[in-house]
Amino acid sequence: MNKDFVLSCPVPVTDRKHIVMGHGSGGKLSAQLVRDLFLPAFDNEYLRKLDDQAVFQAGTSRLAFTTDSFVVTPLFFPGGNIGELAVNGTVNDLAMSGARPLFLSAAFIIEEGLAFEELSLVVQAMGKAARAAGVSIVTGDTKVVGKGSADKLFITTSGVGLVPDGISISASNVQPGDDIIISGSIADHGMAVMSVREGLEFEGSILSDTAPLHELVGAMIATGAVHALRDPTRGGLATSLCEVASASAIGIEIEANKVLVREDVRGACEVLGLDPMFVANEGKLVAFVARDSSAAVLEAMLRTRSGSDARVIGRAVEKHAGMVLMKTEIGGTRIVELPFNEQLPRIC
Amino acid sequence: MKYLDEYRDQRVAGNLIEEIKRTITRPWVLMEVCGGQTHSIVKYGLDRLLPEQVELVHGPGCPVCVTSLETIDRAHAIARMPDVIFCSFGDMLRVPGTHGDLFKIKSEGGIVRVVYSPLDCLKIARANPDKQVVFFAIGFETTAPANAMSVWEARRHGITNFSVLVSHVLVPPAMRGILDSPNNRVQAFLGPGHVCAISGWTEYEPIVDRYRVPVVVTGFEPIDILQGVLLCVQQLEQGRAELENGYARAVQRKGNAAAREMIGRVFRVCDRAWRGLGVIPQSGYSLTGEFSAYDAESRFDVSRIHAVEPAVCMSGEILKGLMKPLDCPAFGRECNPENPLGATMVSAEGACAAYYSYGRHLVDAHSLAAGSR
Repeated sequence: MNKDFVLSCPVPVTDRKHIVMGHGSGGKLSAQLVRDLFLPAFDNEYLRKLDDQAVFQAGTSRLAFTTDSFVVTPLFFPGGNIGELAVNGTVNDLAMSGARPLFLSAAFIIEEGLAFEELSLVVQAMGKAARAAGVSIVTGDTKVVGKGSADKLFITTSGVGLVPDGISISASNVQPGDDIIISGSIADHGMAVMSVREGLEFEGSILSDTAPLHELVGAMIATGAVHALRDPTRGGLATSLCEVASASAIGIEIEANKVLVREDVRGACEVLGLDPMFVANEGKLVAFVARDSSAAVLEAMLRTRSGSDARVIGRAVEKHAGMVLMKTEIGGTRIVELPFNEQLPRIC
Repeated sequence: MKYLDEYRDQRVAGNLIEEIKRTITRPWVLMEVCGGQTHSIVKYGLDRLLPEQVELVHGPGCPVCVTSLETIDRAHAIARMPDVIFCSFGDMLRVPGTHGDLFKIKSEGGIVRVVYSPLDCLKIARANPDKQVVFFAIGFETTAPANAMSVWEARRHGITNFSVLVSHVLVPPAMRGILDSPNNRVQAFLGPGHVCAISGWTEYEPIVDRYRVPVVVTGFEPIDILQGVLLCVQQLEQGRAELENGYARAVQRKGNAAAREMIGRVFRVCDRAWRGLGVIPQSGYSLTGEFSAYDAESRFDVSRIHAVEPAVCMSGEILKGLMKPLDCPAFGRECNPENPLGATMVSAEGACAAYYSYGRHLVDAHSLAAGSR
């Protein structure tokens, strides 16, 4: 072997005849699925915007409409359960258009054999979360499937909200020069769920950040010119930034040192080899705000409970359109790319 | 965060880079052995902060990348069997065999579980007495102690529905292979910090002496890597070839005695095929005869599965440090993490995957250079 290593490589694996987990990761595979399958089949001007919600005119009002499914494992995790996520997730998708959330629907797919006690806890949590967010769950549906046909409980919520006059917030509205503000620490939710997932259990104090964000958004849009809002859920902050950079055809530059990751969350990420930039949040938003009003918007955020750790992490720029650049802790530069797939804990 | 922030300090990094610039008088080629080091270099943009005379080439130290296609095909054959729960480290799931990856097998009904510690497999085995639980035991010396421990504990507790598919690899034989290669360009090594935390560095002393090549045991944080580069450059400039420990907070000369003892009880050294590099003599671990009952290869009779690896990409050249990912015409086009053509694209810590994930193909070197923003 000294003279010549044998050069050998595997054949390419290009065919995907089945859906794989990556298609639901929020990364490139998800984007491909939307672009190649859903968009052509459903094509219309609202869907084409690829925002987290559709905003349309209904009579004299502008309504926001969204839907989301929740399939988290396990159902209960430190800091919350699937019920709170199902309410807050849809409330937040509405809020990201600047809308005031009004009504929700809830559909339950329940696996045969689920403990009544568990379902009851989830439903109670949903009621409580809805009251806290000031929304009413006004319609719903229940289906039970045979054992093995679902994983305990899946919930789908849809929501309708009212967009105030004069508000136009979209991932495609960002202008070069906008400041980028994140409402608090990142990666809490994903790591809280990870900490109780089978095979990865670790002890700790990490709690999910699940929370409704419409009040925070209300305070922001009352103060200054908010161009785009995203709640960086699946795929994390990195995915939201990449989506906005692409939708608005602007470049994004952020600084790693300005992004807040709580100590325990960071420790867990380091141990598992995960990048907190790609880990899910359920109670955070990232905002693109006109530079001349960003100081006032930040002030307003800091006065709210869910924005008390808000900070500017970077800005939108004209160059390198569609790309997200991050100044690293030691002063280097790295490109933040949409991941293909969900992150996997690494070997060592 | 303690023991982390100190090693990502911009001021310290700046000082080290200045020191490297003051020391260096001519071009040198350094290889970082570990995939984890490659990942850090690209993630933090370290290579772009160093003076141009320092060329970092990326070594073979990504265990996921170098696991042979044959072994992966055998693993997949086992994972497809009914009544098998196949357990693996997370980043092994995406590695393609001849007929797809473990995700594909999972989507077709196979039971595949990600574990962080191999000992968790024993819990799964206890909870599922009617299933066979198989762990894909791969990795360098770093993962060997815990993997050995899972077999040891299985025997101690009489857990019989557990077995391991072993494909362990060892670093020193691969380094010798690189240095023996007629086209070798590597003049110094950033040694594998976590491997040495287990095995110590005595095995590297003969390499330093025989090949007159500096080896600096190096960690994985940006400051660790910059310090490793500085120590290598100092040795090269002064004409020295020594073993230095740049990772003193984790590594001792004799390594971790308890871990080495556990390895010695369960594993023996054997020849091993490396993906992209071919068979390297005495470069892996397999189970000793005493533990052969836990060998998944014979339990599931998959040793007859052979795989041919057609030469369509350059990962072998990259693993030896002869080429860089961007030198490959397929990089970022036909070859990407979703459709990897070769070893170095398949794991996050493979050199090509690191370049791809951090978008190295999207912008030219100039616009990423320090101070351009």
